[in-house]
Amino acid sequence: MIIQAIFFYLFAGITVASAVMVISARNPVHSVLFLILAFVNAAGLFVLLGAEFLAMILIVVYVGAVAVLFLFVVMMLDVDFAELRQGFLNYLPVGALVGALLLVELLLVVGAWVIGPDVAKAITAPIPVPSDISNTEALGLVLYTRYVYYFQAAGIILLIAMIGAIVLTLQHKPNVRRQNVAAQVARGRASAIEIVKVKSGQGLS
Amino acid sequence: MTIGLGHYLSVGAILFTLGILGIFLNRKNVIVILMSIELILLAVNVNLVAFSSFLGDIVGQVYALIVLTVAAAEAAIGLAILVAYFRNRGSIAVEDINLMKG
Repeated sequence: MIIQAIFFYLFAGITVASAVMVISARNPVHSVLFLILAFVNAAGLFVLLGAEFLAMILIVVYVGAVAVLFLFVVMMLDVDFAELRQGFLNYLPVGALVGALLLVELLLVVGAWVIGPDVAKAITAPIPVPSDISNTEALGLVLYTRYVYYFQAAGIILLIAMIGAIVLTLQHKPNVRRQNVAAQVARGRASAIEIVKVKSGQGLS
Repeated sequence: MTIGLGHYLSVGAILFTLGILGIFLNRKNVIVILMSIELILLAVNVNLVAFSSFLGDIVGQVYALIVLTVAAAEAAIGLAILVAYFRNRGSIAVEDINLMKG
């Protein structure tokens, strides 16, 4: 139990510290790297909670895809980030006030809150014993049966996001020559070859 | 030293607040705003998984998976809009994005 507490405070502390660095780092590349650190440590918290599949998905999807996408965009755009940081200190008092109020309210809610007595009866799909069946298998048993429509909706959302991102960023330049397969296939001997009789000493005029 | 549900909910609350604070502080830098939104969604996921684990109901993890999907889609679309905007304007200053107001 003491080990679990030590690792909880380790993961939670690093997650919160790197979240602070994400919003306060001077260089956006550092922000992205701290975001990766925050996600990896949140994955550690998920492992502590017994959600191994979600922890691995968090690492694969966020560190592997989303954070690298952020890195690409940050490095691709030629932006003067020092200029964008103007006004950071102007917004600090209001932001700190709103943030502190929100945090105090949330922590008060967390502190003064108990689980209702009849919640245990309302559980839809109880977590099976971990020694029986792994977390991935248990999640699959629920996700592909009772929640299959949610699963397919998630797939459609991803498809639409992919199409949207392609449509937004694809651009046709007018002076780029593209391959025209139909024209290539329809090309016959008549249009491709011209036979010219050349008389000696005259050449082609 | 027992780690209870309240500890995880506190971590979620702190992450959520940091995300909100990031949106306030980096009003001009839309990339950091997108990262702050990612932090907020991570806080939501921490809450969902913590409740799922402590109440013994696996549906919370299913919802966390779907929130993860939406977060990935949102990041992709947001960055695509950002790239298209940068191509048109040559800057990503958020305060200039008022061309569509009526």
